[in-house]
Parts: sequence; C-alpha cells; structure tokens
Amino acid sequence: MSTIAPERAVPTPRELTTEPRFSDKVFRAVVTVGGLSSLIILGLIALFLGYRGFEVLRQEGFKFLTSSDWSISTDDAGNVLESHFGLAAMLVGTILCSIVAVAIALPISVFSALFLNFYAPGWLKKILVTVIDMMAAFPSILFGIWGFLVLMPSVEYWAKLLHHYFGFLPFFKLEPYVVTRSPFVAGVVLAIMIIPIITSVSREIFSQAPLDRIQAAYALGATRWAMIKAVVIPHGKSGVIGGAMLGLGRAMGETVAVYTVLNIVFQVNWQMLLGAGGNVASLIILKFGEASPYEIKALMAAGLILFFLTLIVNALADVIVRATGRSGR
Amino acid sequence: MNDSHESEKENMETTTRPSSLADVANAKVQKAPGTRAMGTGLETRGIHAWFGKNHVLSDINLDFAAGTVTALIGPSGCGKSTFIRTINRMHEFIPGAAMAGEVLLDGRDVYAQGTDVTKIRLQIGMVFQKPNPFPSMTIGENVLSGLKLSQQKVSNKDELLEECLERAGLWNEVKDRLGAHGGSLSGGQQQRLCIARALAVRPQVLLMDEPCSALDPGSTLRIEETIRHLSDTMTIIIVTHNMQQAARVSDYTAFFLSDGGPGQMIEASPTSEIFSRPRDKRTENYVTGRFG
Repeated sequence: MSTIAPERAVPTPRELTTEPRFSDKVFRAVVTVGGLSSLIILGLIALFLGYRGFEVLRQEGFKFLTSSDWSISTDDAGNVLESHFGLAAMLVGTILCSIVAVAIALPISVFSALFLNFYAPGWLKKILVTVIDMMAAFPSILFGIWGFLVLMPSVEYWAKLLHHYFGFLPFFKLEPYVVTRSPFVAGVVLAIMIIPIITSVSREIFSQAPLDRIQAAYALGATRWAMIKAVVIPHGKSGVIGGAMLGLGRAMGETVAVYTVLNIVFQVNWQMLLGAGGNVASLIILKFGEASPYEIKALMAAGLILFFLTLIVNALADVIVRATGRSGR
Repeated sequence: MNDSHESEKENMETTTRPSSLADVANAKVQKAPGTRAMGTGLETRGIHAWFGKNHVLSDINLDFAAGTVTALIGPSGCGKSTFIRTINRMHEFIPGAAMAGEVLLDGRDVYAQGTDVTKIRLQIGMVFQKPNPFPSMTIGENVLSGLKLSQQKVSNKDELLEECLERAGLWNEVKDRLGAHGGSLSGGQQQRLCIARALAVRPQVLLMDEPCSALDPGSTLRIEETIRHLSDTMTIIIVTHNMQQAARVSDYTAFFLSDGGPGQMIEASPTSEIFSRPRDKRTENYVTGRFG
C-alpha cells in the first residue's frame, strides 16, 4: 500500500442518551425519594439542633468544647443569672468509654465470627447466630441494669487487677482510688452491646471470602488457621474495620446503659479505671428532665456536637475502609 | 495403566483405525524409559463418592505410575473433578461430601487414621480450573505462599523462586516485576503462577482440574509445554474437556462416563490406544465426537 491514508479528523465523542420509559421515570422518582429521605431527615435534625443550640454556642464560643463547667443559676422568676456550659469532660468520657468498648469487643467479635464461619458445626452455628442477632435487638436499659447489678461488682475486681499490674501506664492509673462506676465499667457494658454488630458485619464479610482462594490455600497444605490468615483476614480486613466503626458509633451514642453504670462528673478524666466521667448522651438524659429552657438549649448544642462527632467517626471509618480495602480483594 | 512403554510403542505401529487424535497422541515425544520420578506413584482402590445421598462416583480403580501424565476425559458431570479431589482430600471440604475406598500414595492410604491431611496436600499439589493467585500478595510471595502456609522454612528462597517460575514457564515474563501484585498478570500468566506456586512445595503428584479451560490457545500451549516438562519429575493427573489436549500431553487416558447414575471409569489405556483403538463402544463414540 503506497497511498497515504488521508488524515482523518478525530471526532469528539458523541453524547449518549436514552429516553427512559414512563415506568422507569416513576420508579426513579420513588427510589430517589427513598434514597434522599434519610439525608433530608438527618439534615433536618442537624438544623433543629443547631437552631435550638445556637444561642448557647454563641454565648460559650469555643469554651463549649474545652471547658468542663456545667452550671446555671436562675432567679425565682426563671431568668438566667449566670451560666457556664462546657462539654470537655463529657466528650473525653464519650471517647474513652467507646474506645474501651471497641478494644474489648473487636477481638471477641472477630474470633466469634471466625468460629461461626469456619469452626462451628452447623447446628451450633444456627443457634449462636440467632442468639447474637437477638443480642443486637435487646433493649439497652436491660443491658444497663444487668451491668449495674451483675457486671459492675465483678468488673471492679478486674479493674483492680488491671490497676495492680498495669498501674504504671497512664491509661490504667487510678488516683484517687475510686473504682465503681468508671468508664471501664461503662466500656465493658458497651462492649457487650456492640459485640453483636461487629460480629454480624465480620461474619458477613468473612463468609464472602472467595472459595477458590480458600481452596488454593488448603491445596497448598495450609492448616485452617493458616488459610484464615492468608485468605480470609486480608479479604475481610476492611469490612471488620467498618464494623468496628459502626460499633464505635453505637457506643458513642449510647445513652441509657451508660447512664446506669457511669458516674457523671464534670471533670476531664483520662483514667479509664477511675469512677468519674460521663458521656454526652447520658448528660442529656441526666439534665433534660429538670432543665430550664436555657439549659435545654445547651443540651441541644451538646446534641449537635455529638452528632458531628459521630459523623466525623463515620467519615473516618469510610476513609480507613477505602484505604485498607484495596489490597486483599 | 502400568503397561511398559515398550509395548505401547509396538501397539502404535499396528494402529488399525487412524484418526487425527491418534496422530496427535503419537506425534508427541515419547518419554524415554528411565526418566522416572522418585516414588512408586499413586493408586486408587474402589473409590466411591457421594454428595449427601447423591452417589456421584462408583468404584474407580486407577493406577498412576510415577512420572507419567494421565488425562481424565469425559462429559461434564461424570465425576472427573470429584475423583481428583478425592485424591488430595479436597473432596471433604464440601458439606455433605463422603467417600469410600483407598488412595495409596507410595503404598500408604492418604485416608488412614492419624494422617496429617496438610502433609498429604503438600505431596499432592493441585491447580484449579480458574487461576486463583492470592491478590494481596506479590508475584514472588504467591510462588512461595505454600511454604508460608505450611510453615516450612527454606534457606534459598530466591533460587527456589526462580526455579519454580522457570519450570512453570513464567520466569522470563515476570523476572523484572516480582514485586507486582499477582492480579496484575494476564489469565494465562496467572495460571502459570498458580502452577509455580504448586511446585514450590515440591509435590510428588500434581492434580490439574481443567487448567486451561479459561485460557486462550497461546496460553494453553504454554501450559501444555510446562506439563510435558514437569512430568519428568512428578506424576501429573489432568482433567480436560479438550481431547486434543489429552492427546497432546498425556501418556495415559481414562474415560469417565455417567449414565444418569454415579460416574464410572469406562476405560483406561495408553493415550495413543484410546484414541486409535478404543476397547469400549462408548469411548469410541465420545472420542470421535458422537456425543458429549
């Protein structure tokens, strides 16, 4: 071929369109409404909290996050004379309790998920899955009462033990020596509450581990544990982290159970064994009943902060899941 | 199946019914006597298999001499894959699966009480239908993954890595990117990576379950060459739907068939014979493409 092909102009890509049918349009509208409704509801709640709490937030400014005072004095007519609102102690308490909860719940959940998927005989698996799902639906006040009556006395023993052997670490320090109703106790109760969530998410993701890779591992002489390490955990890592973050979110928002087993003290406390702390949600339930209109605004502002804290944790979870999810799939 | 190669060669000269598959089977280089792998090979005695109440495999007796390639052919659902999965005890992973009979590796039953099943799977390696490298590992890590999984230590990892990739026919293509992820290879390369991975634990027997069914002709050819090379040092059993492939790579061929009931082994002969002078009418119908 000696002729030179005439130079062709490179066309711009065509715009591709489809005209949807009427039924498609209707269905699209329905699912759009469904999909957006949660976003709208969430937005409205944030708006409401912001609107109600705005006055206090403006009054307290950044101190609302950094100070630990919570006091209000009113005259007989109900006019506010002086008020100080600060959430620092409650925020620290929220984070502390939740971290303790996840630290305890995560290994237990992962091991039970692995047990259920790879070790439990069929009949036992069925029973356990039902029990764990039931645990997730269990009312939290019952966890709280059980935690108060049964768990607390025995957890105190473990708290003392931890203090005795690990007291040199700042996290396990105990000064003054008050062990009842500590963030540790609340964390244990929360851990029991979030185990079902993390377990079901982990179980789900582990059960999706690709069979061909599982077989490949076995065919290479892997023991069950070696197979799990090589195939199931790399595959499920990101899902487990996602589950843990879901649990963390639940733990941070938990109200009644924490309220039952935790001393609410307006003083920043990073010692998890010390019987002082609080969390934002239980602060709201503690104060809400007898709050003056102005204090209610402060509580709404606290709710808004909790709302954003949960949002941040979930966003963080998403980032982590994306970052770890790429390998292993 | 244990006929010597001498009689096999005589048989070839008296081919009665020429067919293209027989020609293919004869055309390949016959293995010279004496290039025998270590060990006495593999024998199966009265293998039956069930999935739940479903009897899928009935009374299979086959011997696999060390250093030979045996192809298992037959229509889908006749129990070929189930059969090779009973050999390295992968069958029992399927819920409800059961088996009867004996699989003798060097004379010892792999199903005997007290057998460490992970050791059996190290001696009897397996390559699957779909390439299944570990995506979280690099190419190099994939090849050596068997050692890690079975907690073995080797001193000369780099040599072993090169040797296995070389034998699997992949070394030249990946030697500059051993740190890349296994999933970055093409399908054919991934399958050769899986072969290299199986070789790294030095199995005596290699089971291949339709290793080329997901691959293009070029990759298939590479893997067939690899199989021919590997058979110098190990016993290979390959399930294939491709009769050309069976004719090209195998020394012996066994024909499986299910007549609606459990799968049975109809005939096992030297490959050149089964494609030229099948003893059973059903085998003839199958290899001449009249059904299946």
